Order: sequence, then structure tokens, then C-alpha cells
Amino acid sequence: MLLDLFLSFIYIGAFSFGGGLAALPLIQEQIVNIHSWMSLSEFTDLISIAQMTPGPIAINSATFVGIRIAGLKGAFVATMGCLLPSLLIVTLLAFLYFKYKELNWVKGILAGLRPAVVAMIAAAGVAIFKIAISPLTNGVINYVAIVLFAIILVLLRWKKINPIIMLMVSGILGIVVYYFIGV
Amino acid sequence: MTFKRYMKLFSTMFELSAFTFGGGYVIVSLMKQKFVDELGWLDDEEMLNLVAIAQSAPGAVAVNGALLVGYKIGGIFGAFLSIIGTILPPFIIISIISQFYIAFKTNPIVNAFLKGMQPAIAAIIADVVINLGANVIKQKKVIYIIAMFLAFVSSFFFSVNVMYIIFCCGILGFFYSHLESKKEVTK
Repeated sequence: MLLDLFLSFIYIGAFSFGGGLAALPLIQEQIVNIHSWMSLSEFTDLISIAQMTPGPIAINSATFVGIRIAGLKGAFVATMGCLLPSLLIVTLLAFLYFKYKELNWVKGILAGLRPAVVAMIAAAGVAIFKIAISPLTNGVINYVAIVLFAIILVLLRWKKINPIIMLMVSGILGIVVYYFIGV
Repeated sequence: MTFKRYMKLFSTMFELSAFTFGGGYVIVSLMKQKFVDELGWLDDEEMLNLVAIAQSAPGAVAVNGALLVGYKIGGIFGAFLSIIGTILPPFIIISIISQFYIAFKTNPIVNAFLKGMQPAIAAIIADVVINLGANVIKQKKVIYIIAMFLAFVSSFFFSVNVMYIIFCCGILGFFYSHLESKKEVTK
């Protein structure tokens, strides 16, 4: 059982390219379809929990599935399995990068990659912004979120306030606005 | 590399990982803010190089990025500490929440908190993107500005797989820098 868990998550870790959500079908195939460790509805819960908590979705899923089917030992084994492929590959890449980064053709490739990375981060940001301002249940545009976004951006840029403090304050304001006032 | 610096690396990654909701690029943005802007342990350009490598390898961008930044700052042991700091908080949190996950998932206060955080997450990413985007534009290489724009459009509007975008931009950089160096030789 533990070995199955380990191998399964090595497979997930090795073939999940391109970010958390891209890995979900792969995780579902292993956990629900092949090994039947979870039902589809449990898997849906797992995705919600993985997204509601800090940490990468694949790693969170590994810990969650592991603990559900084999306790803490299972959580450890599954998480390690999920990590192992990227640890090996990225350590190798790190070694190569720091050894060869001064080569002209390597510098060239990296110069081409940098604008792409900025674009990827921007795309992720706009996607989250869209979700943040999506209309409330009564169909009204979420002005609270738009104003909060503007204020926090100003505070981050010109007052250099610690972003984690901003995250927590914003979350607590969310409790006040959405739970107590009930917007 | 002093003991103090290793501890700072570990505690920073632990803190970022414990409080960063919403996917790999959020934690990468916060790592950039902390390690580049605040501590000055690496520069913008190298940070972007490392994120590009993190993105090109399998696995979570947050974990791969943590490994690479840790390696840059403190070698293999730095990479190890950075990974442990990144993995520990979600491992602990998930282990606890898995015991009562239905109650957690449907709790209105938890959901209000998470919804409240969304504008802050968007603002953090916007702040970092403004800085990084300005750097790309300041280089005045039109081809990279166009590449950035096209990469954004194909990712955001057409959901093109990140791997294709990375691959195309890498090839572009390879040939463009080759052309540039040839030009310099003929001058």
C-alpha cells in the first residue's frame, strides 16, 4: 500500500508540467480511476481543500490522500514521492545553470525566457483579479474588492508594507464585509 | 554563508509558504519581493532566470523555485533548507485540516476570509509585475516587449500551455542573441 502510494505520487510529480491546475487530471487518474483511493466526490472536496490552504495543489493532494489512506506515515510517503522527481531534476538544472550561465547561448535563451515569465505572472495576476471582482450573488459588481485592490496596491508600492500583513488584514476585512455585514 | 543567513532563508520560506494562498506565482512574487528587493541576495534578472527554470521542470513552481533560490543563496544545504521551509507548513496544515475537512470547506467564516484575501493577492502580483514589466520595457529591445505581450495574450486569452510558451520564447532568445552578437562582430 505505502509503496503503491509512493510510486503513484512519483508518477504525478514527474509528469505534472505547467502548474497546479494542469496536474489535476493526472492526480484524478491515479487516485480515483486507477487506485480507487477516493470517490469522485471526495476528490472534488480534496481540490477545494487544496486550493483553500497554502501550498502547491499537487503537494497538498499528496499529503491529503496519504493521510486519509495510511495516516501520517502515508502523508509523508506520498508527499516525498510527489517531491522526488522535481528535486532530482531541478537540482541537476540548478547545477547546470550555475555552471553554464555565462555561456552566450545560455544567456540568449534566458533573455528570451524572462519576458515570458513576466507574462505568465501577469496572466496569473489578472486571472485572480477577475475572480476577486466577479459579481456577488445578487449580481452587483464587487466594488469592495476593487477599492481594496487599489488601496493595497498603493500601500505596497509607496509604503512598502509587508505583503503578508496585507494578505491577513485583507482576509479579516473579508470576514467583516462578507460574513458579518453580509454583502 | 553564515548560520544566521541559513536561518533567515529557512524562516523566510517557512513564513511565505505558511501564508501564501493562491498558487505558485503568488509565492514566487513574494520571494522576489523578499530576496531581491528587501534582502538583496540576488537581482531581478537572476530571479527571473530561476523562475523560468522552475517553470520548465516538472513539479510545483513554488517548490522548484524555492530549491533554485535556496541553491543560489546557500548551495545544496541552502536548497535543502529552502525546500523543508516550503513543504513543512502545507504538510502540517493539510494533516490537521484533513481530520475535519467537510466542516472546514463549508465554514462561512473561512470562505469569507479567503474571498477577502483575493484582492490582496491580485495587488501583490500587480505590484511585482509592474516592476518586472518595467525592466523588460526599459531594455528597449522591441522583440522582447512583443514576446512578453504575445506570451500574455496566448496564456490568458487562449490558455496555451505554459510549456509551449516557454519553449518558443527560449528559441527566440537563442536566435535573437545569436543575430545580435553577429551584428556586433561586423561592426
